[in-house]
Amino acid sequence: MNVITDALCPFCGCLCDDITVVVEDNKIIEAKHACMLGSAKILGHCRLGGNNIETHHTIKEPMTRVDKNSNFKEVSYDEAINEAAEILAKSKRPLLYGWASASCEVHKKGLLLAEELGAIIDNTASVCHGPTGLATHEKGSPSATLGQIKNRADVIVFWGCNPVQAHPRHMGRYSSFARGFFSEKGRKGRKIIVLDVRKTDTAKMADEYVEIQQGSDYLVISALRAILSGHADVVPASVGGVLKDQLVKVVETLKTAKFGAIFFGMGLTQSKSRYKNIDNAVSLTFDLNSFTKFVITPMRGHYNVTGFNQVCTWETGFTTAVDFSRGLPYYNPGETAANDVLNRNEVDAAMVIAADAAAHFPANSVRRLAKMPLVQIDPHWSATTEIANVVIPTAICGIEVEGTAYRMDGVSLRLRKMIEPTHLTDEEVLERITQRVKELRGE
Amino acid sequence: MELLIKNGAVYDPVNGIAGDRADISIKDGKIVEKVSSGASVIDAGGRLVMAGGVDAHSHIAGAKVNLGRLMRPEDSRIGLKSRTKITRVYSGYTVPNVFAMGYRYAQMGYTTVFEAAQAIMKARHTHEELEEIPIIDKGALTLFGSNWPTMDYVREKNLDKLAAYVAWGLLASRGFGVKVVNPGGGEMWGFGKNVTSLDDVVPNFDVTPAQIIVSLMKANEMLRLPHSVHLHCNNLGKPGNYKTTLASMELAKQIKPAKDRQVLHVTHLTFNAWGGTNWGDFESKADEIANYLNNSDNVTTDMGQLIFGSATTMTADGPVQYANAKLLHAKWGNGDVELEDASGVVPIFYAKQISIHAIMWAIGLELALLTKDPYKVLLTTDHPNGGPFVNYPEVIALLMSNKKRQEEIKTLHEAVHKRTKIPGIERELDFNDIAIMTRAGPAKVLGLLDTKGHLGVGADADVAIYDIKPDQIDPSVEYAKIKSAFQSAAYTIKGGEVVVKDGQITATPMGRTFWVDATVPEEQTEIMMKDIRMKFKNYYSINLANYMVQDAYVTHPKVVKAGAIPVKVS
Repeated sequence: MNVITDALCPFCGCLCDDITVVVEDNKIIEAKHACMLGSAKILGHCRLGGNNIETHHTIKEPMTRVDKNSNFKEVSYDEAINEAAEILAKSKRPLLYGWASASCEVHKKGLLLAEELGAIIDNTASVCHGPTGLATHEKGSPSATLGQIKNRADVIVFWGCNPVQAHPRHMGRYSSFARGFFSEKGRKGRKIIVLDVRKTDTAKMADEYVEIQQGSDYLVISALRAILSGHADVVPASVGGVLKDQLVKVVETLKTAKFGAIFFGMGLTQSKSRYKNIDNAVSLTFDLNSFTKFVITPMRGHYNVTGFNQVCTWETGFTTAVDFSRGLPYYNPGETAANDVLNRNEVDAAMVIAADAAAHFPANSVRRLAKMPLVQIDPHWSATTEIANVVIPTAICGIEVEGTAYRMDGVSLRLRKMIEPTHLTDEEVLERITQRVKELRGE
Repeated sequence: MELLIKNGAVYDPVNGIAGDRADISIKDGKIVEKVSSGASVIDAGGRLVMAGGVDAHSHIAGAKVNLGRLMRPEDSRIGLKSRTKITRVYSGYTVPNVFAMGYRYAQMGYTTVFEAAQAIMKARHTHEELEEIPIIDKGALTLFGSNWPTMDYVREKNLDKLAAYVAWGLLASRGFGVKVVNPGGGEMWGFGKNVTSLDDVVPNFDVTPAQIIVSLMKANEMLRLPHSVHLHCNNLGKPGNYKTTLASMELAKQIKPAKDRQVLHVTHLTFNAWGGTNWGDFESKADEIANYLNNSDNVTTDMGQLIFGSATTMTADGPVQYANAKLLHAKWGNGDVELEDASGVVPIFYAKQISIHAIMWAIGLELALLTKDPYKVLLTTDHPNGGPFVNYPEVIALLMSNKKRQEEIKTLHEAVHKRTKIPGIERELDFNDIAIMTRAGPAKVLGLLDTKGHLGVGADADVAIYDIKPDQIDPSVEYAKIKSAFQSAAYTIKGGEVVVKDGQITATPMGRTFWVDATVPEEQTEIMMKDIRMKFKNYYSINLANYMVQDAYVTHPKVVKAGAIPVKVS
């Protein structure tokens, strides 16, 4: 029996680093401290079933098929890698998409392949917190590490996010309930405000719940800013379904905080007004700093979706949606993101790695993906597998492979290897595809 | 592998060579006495030869640099260059991508660059980027000025624990030296406030910036670290701050250096040699600072020269960045780090017709020209705060030519005449001075003079050859030639390998990362660690076991040993 302490949970953007994992016969039998979501992933890794929770249908062998209506045929890694390389090398406009559930080391190999191919590379942020990136281009990003918030915050705002369900340990470790140097009373010393379109489980635990009419977030933020800057007189009696009195009360709470933190999720990034919501929320944070200290942090979903954006930014200058077809990195979301190029029917082959495009993209994009040669690299069988031609299973980052991941606040941590892998790693597979692409192109 | 550089006009101030014709022999990455007849030969043909450039203060890697890139896609659209067989893509001007960072430094003949600030908790990120910067040797200074353990130990006057913490923090961050930014201010910014003088008391910690600076200087010397304390002064960015700067320098008088170097390096003076009381009567006080430097021996500085055009300010000084963003109505990045420090990123455009910017432009130059000893003022732009490092050749040309300065002054806001001394300064630096400010000086300040910044036997074989014949050029008049030659080295040799020829990258070896392993008595570390463990248990948001930068992030380390002098000799 092997016990690994201080392990990282490779599930959500909280990247909890206090997991104790018990391993027996190369199987994880216990994941102490992990939440339901985390332990389901950590325990569910086991391809052999056993006593573990079989939450995921893992892929056992590389598989290929020529015709998407036929059945997969199990093949060797060499054959699958060769076929993947041929598809990508032949393509005039390849798309490399995904990357959220993989380490930064994998991202580096992916970017190198994208450069080599002249491909478009994009990550899951483009259907998630991509708008947060756009708002950062416009207004910046006044943020802080999660420990700064835990130690200091006496007012916490959750806007369009539901950590109780999506980031289960967030409130205990970093926000609502966390105790720290200036916040020894924990929850009792804090005011929690939740703004959402429905009364989520997070909202039920708030001191103040503000129910916003669907699609009216931008209006509500603008009203808060108007009140904050002393122009309450111009705010109508009700904004976005919220009574002015409640907005005035919220502003009072925000500006009298000693340290305030806003967390926001896809309720803000993917609803009407999209990046303009975040742009406005960053401005609200900016304005609040005239009164007190305030920061704003996105609730990033996958455990290393942030990491891809970091690596892509330091290697290319751009956060995601980078088009290398000119040989230079070119970035113009709206034109170069995965769904933009799929929607325009430009892509003629794709590789989906460490994400499930088929489950999360708009139907039109999935239809396009289903019609083109598609390579999937992933430990798990997913909707994307159903429309793929070549499927290459890999070892699970953060469970079977070490590597780097970035927490939602940009703090990087080292993922542990908990058990021996039974499959090639993503890094090895990408290296070999890149090598083969070079050979095919006579380089 | 052997290499012989023949017939160069060598400027090597450390070894007393000033333009003499000399040959340089290289073997196995080092400069040697002589090489065999089988050595490859580069004929410098009377052209200028210097050691590879050394930059002691530049923001090249880490969380705030990457936030700068993320905030400025408009910047990344500049300077794009496709990959080649040996190089990756280039992007960016003020915030270049990691690849361009290494290539462009090498193309200017620079071979060693130090990142000026990393918080321990974010050091892993810094090293992830450093690992991807090609060619150059590098390292990173670690922030200690607002860390809770630092302030606790300063308050308790427990230097042993402070030294143990500094040594451990350098190990944890794989850092090279002690950086102090707006001491105490980082903690104050946690609640949106700031310190305003060296003697303000930081609430809850009950220490003053002056006490923090002095204690860290003492710990630094106890540990015999190669570099001194590297200080970004309090009140940076505020008119009248030269007084705080002078008062900070004055603190260094209490300390004796443990090594042959300064005890305090005060950085980027362009931002803290300011007179006046507001933006209206804002003026340069670089002359006062230079005067101080001319009469003192234990303080060094760097210019932080302003370059007109686009820049991206980035610093651990969180409060000054919020003030900047407000003043400029600019986008604002902020990055507080729990228990450690603050940080901020704000883009800026320096314009010739804005009086403040014109005066700031003059400050860096005045400082360099009024300070007699070039070892005391290093050439930097505090990249990318004063401007991008690719403009060093412009700064060299300005320092070498009064004519160029006068031409430039004609295009600037008239305030440059009334509120700076630059129009009347006639001094022109020579190649020897430039070699000091860009090679020997930074190497000495960093404590790396054994292998960097000179061309003596035993030094690293880092060499730059520029397409200038010093005996056939008048830099005072032909400043355009000077600038273009320093922009694009004829040869850059890194560790004995030709990495640049005629301004083009020819090889991309991986550089090394310098960090300091300072030993302290084990029991001292153990006592200190009790406090650290408590802080992790209660206050940090990560576990102690996941805090230290792992070896996987420093694959080409160059460990510099240091350590406290044992009290008892057995």
